[in-house]
Amino acid sequence: MPKILKVKNINKCIGCFECMIGCASLNFHSHTLTKSAIRVKTKGGLQSKFAAVICVGCTEPACAEACPTEALVPRQGGGVVFDGKKCIGCERCVPACIVGAIAMDKQLRKPIICKQCGACAQLCPHECLAMEEV
Amino acid sequence: MLGKDYIRVLHINLTDEKVSVEERKDLFHLLGGTGVASKLLEENMRPDLPPLHEDQPIIFAIGPLSTIFPVATKTVATFISPLTGEYGESHAGGRSAMAIRNAGYDAIVITGRANKPTYLSITDHSVEFKDARGLWGLDVEETGRIIREREGIPGKRSIMRIGVSGENLVSFAGVNVDTYRHFGRLGLGAVFGSKQLKAIAITGETDIPVTDFKSYYSTFRWLYKKVVETDLMSKYHEIGTPINIKVLNAISSLPTKNLQQSTFEHADDISGETFAQDTLVRKVSCVGCPIGCIHVGQFRRLFDKGYEYESLAVSYDHELIYSLGSLLGTPTASEVLELIDEVEETGLDAMSTGVALAWATEALEKDILSIEQTLVPLAFGNTENYKKAIHYIAERTNDFYRTLGEGLTHATEAYGGKEFALVYGGNEMAGYHTGYAFALGQTVGGRHSHLCNAGYQYDQSAKELNDEEIVDYLIKEEKERCMLTSLVICLFARKVYDRETVLKALNAIDMPFTDEDLDKMAEETFFTRLRIKQKLGYSLENEKFPKRAFETPTRWGKMDEERMNKLLHMYVERLKAEYDRYSTAQ
Repeated sequence: MPKILKVKNINKCIGCFECMIGCASLNFHSHTLTKSAIRVKTKGGLQSKFAAVICVGCTEPACAEACPTEALVPRQGGGVVFDGKKCIGCERCVPACIVGAIAMDKQLRKPIICKQCGACAQLCPHECLAMEEV
Repeated sequence: MLGKDYIRVLHINLTDEKVSVEERKDLFHLLGGTGVASKLLEENMRPDLPPLHEDQPIIFAIGPLSTIFPVATKTVATFISPLTGEYGESHAGGRSAMAIRNAGYDAIVITGRANKPTYLSITDHSVEFKDARGLWGLDVEETGRIIREREGIPGKRSIMRIGVSGENLVSFAGVNVDTYRHFGRLGLGAVFGSKQLKAIAITGETDIPVTDFKSYYSTFRWLYKKVVETDLMSKYHEIGTPINIKVLNAISSLPTKNLQQSTFEHADDISGETFAQDTLVRKVSCVGCPIGCIHVGQFRRLFDKGYEYESLAVSYDHELIYSLGSLLGTPTASEVLELIDEVEETGLDAMSTGVALAWATEALEKDILSIEQTLVPLAFGNTENYKKAIHYIAERTNDFYRTLGEGLTHATEAYGGKEFALVYGGNEMAGYHTGYAFALGQTVGGRHSHLCNAGYQYDQSAKELNDEEIVDYLIKEEKERCMLTSLVICLFARKVYDRETVLKALNAIDMPFTDEDLDKMAEETFFTRLRIKQKLGYSLENEKFPKRAFETPTRWGKMDEERMNKLLHMYVERLKAEYDRYSTAQ
């Protein structure tokens, strides 16, 4: 069964950013935190707790629908599969994602897309993240 | 290292607003952190000028492991200390190391003096000198908020800033980093103030490719597990450093009421356990640390009739609970949090502030000072008056507080009372009245921190005291820590980063260092610090221990002053011999 990344207990987050450090190095071979498909930030507002912006694994992904070149196609079980060779860097996927999970890699001019690999969840010391069967 | 064999140094001159970058291959063997920052200080400092002269530099350095390996979270700052007049080194975590790394630098050197209050905005593609006239006079929190709204990428930036104490050149003003972290000790805040530098915002997205993915990622995962799944660091995660309060109290080592006592009748009320049970609302981390040692306590206070409450969230640690708690006779956890909050807001160093106020309290009791000088009747346990006095120090309200703000060495020269001023090596004491190794360790440590050589640890774990062994231990430990703080790991992870682990981590990022290379760089750094101190006219032989230290029992009973002085003499002789050996070998 395919699995999808879920944010479980974000109030337990300590802001260590190991999920981002792991994602950037594993999936994008970079030590640069902005090259992570998961983005932990503070919520803002009165309490300013942490929030994790992740690909929520849509079964009808708007980002893929917005993609004119089929570089993004729906993934079985939810989310998308990205083919960088087909991507022309038009950035239409970015605003299409309603949860704001897609950022652009400024150097490569390609979107940073979550593979639903679950490495971030393995690196969370407080189990704020988990991979769940669809 | 990460695809390069040099240290990338950003130079910023505030006077003429000039910026340059150099790639220093000759510094590469020093790793980063303490090794690089001490060397850059030696190159850029002006021993002929006072500490707050505009030509004196501020140096920041991160290390090869920063951010990319667990618990390598700290940035090292070096400067000439306005408190001691000699070598200044202070460390802070938060997001600082990550931000400097992603801005694309290993070290930053700041010289000159801005012609008006300024903050620096450093990114991966620019350095901007921004008008901070409107920020001058604002507290630390508000300054942070305003800059946060103007600069950088949320979550990927670091904001260092000073409060009014730094602006007013208080010798023990610190620099607050992000939220809850600080370059606390030795007065970096005053150095910022002397340059009219209110803050530095750093951010960036420099692409740093992983050079050998397989090797890096497997080592990263292995280290992550070592940190998270073993109990090597559980002390820092659970109750946190305040676990020491009860431990030290039980062995007569908790400095209390200006060290008139070494046990505190309210120790249980301000213990780590009490803080955790009654105030703890959250734990947070520096970037790249899965431990979460930053303990945030909350308390509420009534500000008006009709159930009008305000609530404050404040981070606490052993050192603050000691200096603003037991040392001032503060009887409850929430009052300690209130005092910490005042120190945060004004940007002072919590330890020096507590020690200075404890001395002033006793001096007032002894009629060395008058209430006209202290403005409020300082008394152990009187939190309201201490809250006022913290502001008097930061604002330098009258001549007395102006002098107190120069540190206790200066204040006791002016007013007397040196015998009960808790100063070791020119720096106000840390929270461990454990015995000889602590007292000697803070005195002889390169940056006069208890963390230079962990003498307190020797005192606590030794079965019997052996003078030779103390001297050996302090020198050996300080050299090793010179290496660890060059990587730059947080010293809380020192048990994780044994030699084998350090070599493995360096190898995984294409830095094939050997054990011998580490020995060499540790020694070079140790002696660089010593040489800087000598150039600044510092000599250990002039050091005197406060009389009070010998009047109050430690874990080892009352210390003997003669033995202490002998120990210092032994240390000095050993150091001379080592330095001669080292110099001859060079």
